[in-house]
Amino acid sequence: MAAYMITSTLRRVLLVAKHASFQSRCCVASSRVQYSTVYDSNEKTFDKILIANRGEIACRVMKTCKKMGIKTVAVHSDVDASAVHVKMADEAVCVGPAPTNKSYLNMDAIMDAIRKTGSQAVHPGYGFLSENKEFAKRLAAEDVVFIGPDTHAIHAMGDKIESKLLAKAANVNVIPGFDGVVEDAVKIAGDIGYPVMIKASAGGGGKGMRIAWNDDETREGFRLSSQEAASSFGDDRLLIEKFVDNPRHIEIQVLADKHGNALWLNERECSIQRRNQKVVEEAPSTFLDPETRRAMGEQAVQLAKAVQYSSAGTVEFLVDSNKNFYFLEMNTRLQVEHPITECITGLDLVQQMIRVAKGFPLLHKQEDIPINGWAIESRVYAEDPYKSFGLPSIGRLSQYQEPINLPKVRVDSGIQEGSDISIYYDPMISKLVTYGATRAEALQRMEAALDNYVIRGVTHNIPLLREIITHPRFISGDITTNFLPEEYPEGFKGHQLTSEGRRELVATAAALYVSAQLRSQRFLGNLRVSTTPQEQRQWELCVELEKGSHTVAVSRSGSTFTVEVDGVKVEVSGEWNLASALLPVTINRTPRVLQCLSRDAGGDITLQYLGTQFKVRVLSQLVSTLSAHMPEKVPEDTSSILRSPMPGSVVAVSVKPGDVVAEGQEICVIEAMKMQNSLIAAKAAKVRPMDTPPLH
Amino acid sequence: MAAFAVARSSCGLLSGLKAYFKTFRQVKHGVASAAQSQLQQQSRRWYSVSHLSVQERIDRKRNAALIGGGQKRIDAQHKRGKLTARERVELLLDKDSFVECDMFVEHRCSDFGMEEDHNKVRLHHRGPYDFTVFGGSLSGAHAQKICKIMDQAMMVGAPVIGLNDSGGARIQEGVESLAGYADIFLRNVMASGVVPQISLIMGPCAGGAVYSPALTDFTFMVKDTSYLFITGPDVVKSVTNEDVTQEELGGAKTHTAVSGVAHRAFENDIDALLNLRNFFNFLPLSNQDPAPVTECHDPSDRLVPGLDTIVPFETTKAYDMLDIIQGIADEREFFEIMPNYAKNIVVGFARMNGRTVGIVGNQPKVASGCLDINSSVKGARFVRFCDAFNIPILTFVDVPGFLPGTSQEYGGIIRHGAKLLFAFAEATVPKITIITRKAYGGAYDVMSSKHLRGDVNYAWPSAEVAVMGAKGAVQIIFRGKSNQAEQEAEYVEKFANPFPAAVRGFVDDIIVPSTTRKRICRDLEVLASKKQTNPWKKHANIPL
Repeated sequence: MAAYMITSTLRRVLLVAKHASFQSRCCVASSRVQYSTVYDSNEKTFDKILIANRGEIACRVMKTCKKMGIKTVAVHSDVDASAVHVKMADEAVCVGPAPTNKSYLNMDAIMDAIRKTGSQAVHPGYGFLSENKEFAKRLAAEDVVFIGPDTHAIHAMGDKIESKLLAKAANVNVIPGFDGVVEDAVKIAGDIGYPVMIKASAGGGGKGMRIAWNDDETREGFRLSSQEAASSFGDDRLLIEKFVDNPRHIEIQVLADKHGNALWLNERECSIQRRNQKVVEEAPSTFLDPETRRAMGEQAVQLAKAVQYSSAGTVEFLVDSNKNFYFLEMNTRLQVEHPITECITGLDLVQQMIRVAKGFPLLHKQEDIPINGWAIESRVYAEDPYKSFGLPSIGRLSQYQEPINLPKVRVDSGIQEGSDISIYYDPMISKLVTYGATRAEALQRMEAALDNYVIRGVTHNIPLLREIITHPRFISGDITTNFLPEEYPEGFKGHQLTSEGRRELVATAAALYVSAQLRSQRFLGNLRVSTTPQEQRQWELCVELEKGSHTVAVSRSGSTFTVEVDGVKVEVSGEWNLASALLPVTINRTPRVLQCLSRDAGGDITLQYLGTQFKVRVLSQLVSTLSAHMPEKVPEDTSSILRSPMPGSVVAVSVKPGDVVAEGQEICVIEAMKMQNSLIAAKAAKVRPMDTPPLH
Repeated sequence: MAAFAVARSSCGLLSGLKAYFKTFRQVKHGVASAAQSQLQQQSRRWYSVSHLSVQERIDRKRNAALIGGGQKRIDAQHKRGKLTARERVELLLDKDSFVECDMFVEHRCSDFGMEEDHNKVRLHHRGPYDFTVFGGSLSGAHAQKICKIMDQAMMVGAPVIGLNDSGGARIQEGVESLAGYADIFLRNVMASGVVPQISLIMGPCAGGAVYSPALTDFTFMVKDTSYLFITGPDVVKSVTNEDVTQEELGGAKTHTAVSGVAHRAFENDIDALLNLRNFFNFLPLSNQDPAPVTECHDPSDRLVPGLDTIVPFETTKAYDMLDIIQGIADEREFFEIMPNYAKNIVVGFARMNGRTVGIVGNQPKVASGCLDINSSVKGARFVRFCDAFNIPILTFVDVPGFLPGTSQEYGGIIRHGAKLLFAFAEATVPKITIITRKAYGGAYDVMSSKHLRGDVNYAWPSAEVAVMGAKGAVQIIFRGKSNQAEQEAEYVEKFANPFPAAVRGFVDDIIVPSTTRKRICRDLEVLASKKQTNPWKKHANIPL
């Protein structure tokens, strides 16, 4: 007996040692999260939990498991073999090749993994199998605990049609719509009245969801949504409902146990969305008064109780400008944006889920649930925000640095430097959460965190995130789910420089250029000839930025540069570390963090300033004068070429060789990261023979 | 910026030459006014030519020289998207560091060519065959000036940079201009391995003139405005009846991607000259000087976590060797040589803790990183340059072997592959090798192995040092037998890992990939004082 104990202790020590580096990397952020709730550490839950997910949510769940002394098992696909969640787990099992339906959705393989590892419980995270009643049933059949609600609650709430009927019955406000399986979409849409929302019956997370304003869009949306629904959820049933204009998306976090207790953990405001996917979330909402909050919370709890809900869940509402709220759907899982609720309530939701799954009653009463301060979450995605607020991009994270050294910043991520963002999975890089005593404080921290976040190798949406959180309308709290299209009707174009910002940027670029020039003249070691250059103190430069050109005079004293941009003096000081990705400087006594993305011999410098990347060209006066003689290179005419905006697989080709297509006609459909994107002709043309034979 | 900086600091000594700069800079800022004054002077000449003092004649000659072929010619050059020789030199050098010599040398035929040089100053400039003066054709006078400068450059140990913009031999001068070429070629050959020689082709360069760049260490071109060919499209048409444009025949694209004559191409004159300045900083002044060490802000013990996951689990899957190189190099800066030619091998310069290194790496992304004729020759020439100029060589190995097939065998892969082997073997500079994945067969030996006097040879845990891959080996050893999959697994277990090499000491250590930069920086520090000599010989006989 004694011998056994020693070995088991040893093993634990070894395991800890093995994962120490990952822990320190991944858990720094969460260790700062002060969960205020105490729990009985002698409460025995599980010995080993399998996490049937990947990426940040798998890591998030494992962090709590580790804290609770529970061993973790990761599942992964071939391409994820060296992913962070795999390294973080005590054990890992490969469940198949990269496509999700062959790995993370492969129930047979996951069941095998559970048996093989002897896992007592499964945490499904979000997405994948988290709301799959079939999976929950199979687990129950093998006496493995599903960390989530019971099968019948998943079933009831997972189906949007049924959930609405249930909600109605439980006296929850619902939106008018068609409560049935759609066959003739156009007719139903006409009955409800445009605009209508088409969405996957089994879906969630914005996938398979489209808004239609007329018959044509209904037909188109119906077709694309059913395809997406089929590929994402394996269920192509759709439903149609009235689309509420100018709505806010506010959701209530609920937490229930198996003893009939249910709590509402306040709301999350998730109105900032693009293509019905959330981008920035906050808790609490600026919009709700205590009465509305209580009313929403109580209805949410009513619904949870009506389906004997246990575990954590989210009841989503649309709220109109008169604070009328309508039930949208209930997500029977942990939400992506759960950290902000954790920040303001102090509860560790994953821990509560595990406790509840084991059958422990909730220790909290409704009056124990506080709103402490304010928390904001930005979803950092590998996507190009300049294309419809975010089209997925892929690549290898050549440099990656999270701003976790800043106070009250939490980063939930499942990647690290060197990770690949592939076409197979969601392009989310991380969830960046900041909190503070007030909303202003949380926002200010978010600004700093975004500026200090280093992501290289993939296009990311930090420019958009930073613009949103500093937008006057967002700061005032006057937002709807249409915020992005309303504020950026022409699409997002990046930060628009003010004349002062322009000067700051130009001055910093000039100072950086001069620092680099000076350094390139400093040689170490013994050269045959002496190198004691008389250091230059004055520079006459010309800085080009966004088609504008500025005459700049730079003078230096120590590490402070005085830069005269078009006659206005700007003082820039800093350490001028040319190797660092971050460029902390003080511009006219205001501290700012810029990032230098590239710097080349031709004077081209790419700087990230206020979130947006700007290409700046710094030239000596001589180069600038002579540049006029350089021939202009004519860019290739690409209007007759249709390029896929991202790598993906062709799921449908809508034309045949010989067809004459009109401008704007769909040519083919590309699926990447579970989104279907139709590629349309840029001009009228005839289709030539294709190499790719039409699929299916 | 060694030489440039030196140039400036030495300028103060050359007080007598300061007048030069003044006139020179006037022209820079007001070319038009200079031309005008020349016109006035010319008109004055009618009346006062006989009364000119020597000083006036000097001034007049100098002015005439400064505007080269006159404003019209300058404008014509600009219209072609090109700069004048003087503007080019001004861009290339630090302010005030340029001293022109032989300004008064005249064309034996009629007029004058432009040349520039420093006498005392370490930076030498061989030069622009001034296109604005004579369509760039080479005269005897030009050649003489170039030779004079090159002789001096070799004597003091200073790099030679040629800005070539020449139409070919001056037919009018006949054999004299041919002799001029040969004089230059001889000096190119003599200077080879003594001082770095760089050619920047900035216009047409045809006929015999092309052999001078070909003899230099690096040839760079300007896209769309520079051409290199033995004979132009017209002659090609008349001899072989081939229709070909200048660009197709000898443009930057052709030479950087197809022929391998040029090492890199740049967008325009300015881009080319600024990049050349940058490139110059990697090089030592001569074979007697160490490679320069610059101030470095990138910590030498920086870990590169991305490298731990870069090599895919499947041995057949590709990754980008440039990711590794940029990951370990100072500030991710890598000046790639021949980026578009024989892409299955990557060569170029980077710095490690401020110290210049030459990097050679197989590129798994292209043709699995195998060695073929072109990549062997590309690698060999680069390795020899590094060895000649005291630049340590880092070799990243992921090579499945030599490319098989008739086209390779008929082309002489044996002979050409031997060049790379030869180059690595004879190199006496510090040599550090990192085997990232495959090191199979003869290619393992070639790629700076321990057996070729590699100083430090590392393997990553993903390394497979073996005679060949598992599949091929099993097919040969167990030909026709059934349980090949099992045998393959056994082979992988026994051979496809770093241990067989490590137990024999053929790799010095198996290292964690993320520590690669740290290890290399430390080793370079130690190896900085490496002294190794080959047996005396007149010269080796590399299999050309």
